Amino acid sequence: MNQSLRHQRSSYWKLNLRYLGILLSIWFITAYGFGILFVDHLDTIRIGGFHLGFWFAQQGAIYVFVCLIFVYVRLMKGLDKAYKVDERDAGPS
Amino acid sequence: MSVQAWTYILVGFSFALYIGIAVWARAKSRSDFYVAGSGVPPVINGMATAADWMSAASFISMAGLISFMGRDGAVYLMGWTGGYVLLALLLAPYLRKFGKFTVPDFVGDRYYSQTARFVAVVCAIFISFTYVAGQMRGVGIVFSRFLNVNITVGVLIGMGIVFFYAVLGGMKGITYTQVAQYCVLIFAYLVPAIFISLMMTGHVIPQFGFGGTLADGSGVYLLDRLNGLSQELGFLTYTNGHKSTMDIFFITAALMVGTAGLPHVIVRFYTVPKVAAARSSAGWALLFIALLYTTAPAVAAFARTNLLTTISDAEYKEAPEWFKNWEKTGLIKFEDKNKDGRIQYRGPNSDIENELSIDRDIMVLANPEIAQLPNWVIGLVAAGGLAAALSTAAGLLLVISTSIAHDLLKKGLLPTIGPKKELLAARISAGFAVCIAGYFGLHPPGFVAQVVAFAFGLAAASFFPAIIMGIFSKRMNKHGAISGMISGLVFTAAYIIYFKFMRPELNSPAYWWFGISPEGIGTVGMLLNLLVASAVSFKTPPPPPEIQELVEQIRTP
Repeated sequence: MNQSLRHQRSSYWKLNLRYLGILLSIWFITAYGFGILFVDHLDTIRIGGFHLGFWFAQQGAIYVFVCLIFVYVRLMKGLDKAYKVDERDAGPS
Repeated sequence: MSVQAWTYILVGFSFALYIGIAVWARAKSRSDFYVAGSGVPPVINGMATAADWMSAASFISMAGLISFMGRDGAVYLMGWTGGYVLLALLLAPYLRKFGKFTVPDFVGDRYYSQTARFVAVVCAIFISFTYVAGQMRGVGIVFSRFLNVNITVGVLIGMGIVFFYAVLGGMKGITYTQVAQYCVLIFAYLVPAIFISLMMTGHVIPQFGFGGTLADGSGVYLLDRLNGLSQELGFLTYTNGHKSTMDIFFITAALMVGTAGLPHVIVRFYTVPKVAAARSSAGWALLFIALLYTTAPAVAAFARTNLLTTISDAEYKEAPEWFKNWEKTGLIKFEDKNKDGRIQYRGPNSDIENELSIDRDIMVLANPEIAQLPNWVIGLVAAGGLAAALSTAAGLLLVISTSIAHDLLKKGLLPTIGPKKELLAARISAGFAVCIAGYFGLHPPGFVAQVVAFAFGLAAASFFPAIIMGIFSKRMNKHGAISGMISGLVFTAAYIIYFKFMRPELNSPAYWWFGISPEGIGTVGMLLNLLVASAVSFKTPPPPPEIQELVEQIRTP
């Protein structure tokens, strides 16, 4: 394998890892922070009939999860394009 | 038309649909049978994954569980959805790039070791059987409650259907039937939820009604009323947590990581054509799952409020009809202890003795009757429950059959068999697996409920760390992976067996390590796995260059 391809791959991977780091931090803060560790503090805030902590634990976290995956799909689409990572349509070889 | 007639029509129609799809989408090759020829579009795969994932427990039991647990029920809501973020970001795209047939395939090849493959096969089979037994039981229960046939006949019919489309259709047949089953189950879940939301809060969307005010003109928020009623009757307040934060944290983590490590979920991502499709299909899957999972807590709160207002202190003689109906099934039990002819439904903090016991499954199953919905809705709920149970059972049976035919025979004991024979072996083992699952459905071991903790704990402590390290660390070698998996497994299994089977009388927070329940111990098992694997691999030689190159390759699409 030539040197520039190897270099390309490693910078693609580094950017991917950075995205993962950011998105998984949000994942952790929403689920374990808002939904579990700080839930009682957030419960002092009310939005409509919901206590905020309760809402995160039973509703909000799930919406955030869905958004996180679609954001990642988007980010990686851009990254794949920028690095011209070619994808075959073939099945398992 | 009567409830019975509607149920027969709707269940019959949905079964005919599944069989029709199975015939149309039958598997012709080995790749069709294992991974649907890797030609499933991402949205379709997302739908199939959602049906695969949402079992009888999600459909029938979850809302009931939450309505008795209050805020603590969030462990299931977050635990069973958050794992998809891990799947989409950390597992699915790389496993798709690797592109073989099964999870043990990856473990065996990445760790260049038959031992690692064997450990993975045993885990996959054990986890899947644990799970499938519960599904078959679920099929039997729905049949017996809604169609008045006995449980044995119900299980046999369920076995017949699954046998037909799993053996004939393989992964390809299963995928397209699961799409149909998703549509049936989500429709069956949302229709009663919307009706009840309208009735109680005037909101069409249950997720809004959940935080809205009651429709009785009082202007009181539903959740406030529910908290008030709960306190009045001596129950714990609904929107507060009552378990320790530590335990909630560890259970949620174990369920999330366990979800991401369950073989029947992972294998679905081998069926899409591209790496990018694997990413987006995880997003679609979670979106489809979220439709049910964000509705469930709303249903839980509606049902609970409804129950407390209509039942408590009502005259027994004037109790609504559904109450009498479900009393016959034994799921509602009333005993007039103080002989005043009224139903005193009280919690542990009340001075008055409780006279009513309610099975939590009723919250979903009886909901349409409680809300006085038309008969066809009740039939629909039966068809939805069956769809949820059958779709999950089929996915699990496929994992068992591929594990046996592909991982155990082709890659282990009989490496010389050709693709045709391997396919035949897969079909035969699917057939056997259906029979064993049916047996467990008919004669459920008393510990089915307990072993669910097992399935998640083992998946969390074995597969998840092994796969993650296989992708994200080039240095991880077979010695590390195997010793990590084994220590994670042994530790988790020992903790669960000790508290669930050997000394169940000690199964309380006072005796747990750091207050972590057996349900949450998989998280510790996973950490132990990571720790042991890293330490051992550090002391042993790095993997051969071709394996490091393989890791390089799966990292880019």
